[in-house]
Amino acid sequence: MKKSWLIVDDSKVIRGIARGILENLGFATEEAEDGQQALDACNRHMPDAVLLDWNMPVMNGIEFLRKLRAMPNGTSPKVFFCTTENDMTRIVEALETGADEFIMKPFDAEILTSKLALQGLT
Amino acid sequence: MRDDVFSLLANLLREKSGLALPRDKEYLLESRLTPVARKHGFDSIDAMCAAVRSAPKQAVIGDVVEAMTTNESFFFRDAAVFQVFRTALLPALLTARATSKRLRIWFAACSSGQEPYSIAMILEEEKAKLAGWTVDLVATDISNEMIQRARDGVYTHFEAQRGLPIQFLAKYFSKEDQGWRIKQPLRDKIKFQNFNLLESYGALGTFDIIFCRNVLIYFALETKRDILDRMARQLSPDGELFLGGAETVIGVTEKFVPHPGHAGIFIPAQAPALDRAVGQ
Repeated sequence: MKKSWLIVDDSKVIRGIARGILENLGFATEEAEDGQQALDACNRHMPDAVLLDWNMPVMNGIEFLRKLRAMPNGTSPKVFFCTTENDMTRIVEALETGADEFIMKPFDAEILTSKLALQGLT
Repeated sequence: MRDDVFSLLANLLREKSGLALPRDKEYLLESRLTPVARKHGFDSIDAMCAAVRSAPKQAVIGDVVEAMTTNESFFFRDAAVFQVFRTALLPALLTARATSKRLRIWFAACSSGQEPYSIAMILEEEKAKLAGWTVDLVATDISNEMIQRARDGVYTHFEAQRGLPIQFLAKYFSKEDQGWRIKQPLRDKIKFQNFNLLESYGALGTFDIIFCRNVLIYFALETKRDILDRMARQLSPDGELFLGGAETVIGVTEKFVPHPGHAGIFIPAQAPALDRAVGQ
């Protein structure tokens, strides 16, 4: 069975790019437009990994991550932030909150693929 | 490209760097040397070559060699190699060198420095085991520009993300206006120097590990053999040579044999049977 990714970003364009790269690598994908939609999706089905934007309406990425990690089985998905935030303080905050990786936008397929390899996902 | 222009450039590269340039790599000459020609005020590669033929200009020749010998690199390229280094080879060397407490590693074509910095980060992560040790990391490249880049340790947004775990970016880099820069203490751990692999290796000393990945593919067979045979003399009898995934010693030299447990790693022929078991 294909490993599943939940792509969380309020930009339809970014979700489309990420979906293209991940499906090309053989993953199943689901999408959410904000943190609340992402939590609902995780309640229905816990994904193997989450690609997570930081700044989104309704619920931002860091708040989603805190709530995800508090859910039953919420520590199992690998969480990759994928955001325009690129200050060291943000990176450290993400890691301390439980993110596994952090991708700074703009990104390309090579960056994402190399980060997947680091997490044993390829 | 005219035959005489291709021949001039191919001969020049072979003579100065050992680089073997087959005719099907002509496109590389076009793409990499057009900026060099413009930099030196020529309209075209042909015009630059005509000038070099009539009066060899070292500045032009140097830039041609540099442009053709520069390779793209990224941190932890081929992650499995670094995993093997950290989990198998380094522990074995720490045991084998427990008396001398000295470790020497040579990065024979370090390009912009990602490979030596990747190893330096691993050694920093393992520093508790290296307390009291002297570790020499010697990184060389034929390109002065690459050596300067490596020494500066500044990487673009894209370079700093390819292959690099975010925890290492947070720990070993600082964000500066020009990009992400390796912090000074890590930069200070590596000795970068300009060096041509066709020169004598004697002054470099001997090493426990040599990294020479994705370099030999550019050389003609006899140059590969010469380089490998001379590297064998600089390597400890129980040392290891790392080559790129598409490179091998088989059919090139008998001074090295494949490591019995790890692909891409080669050991001196008739090496002592020290920690060489499959799966180590």
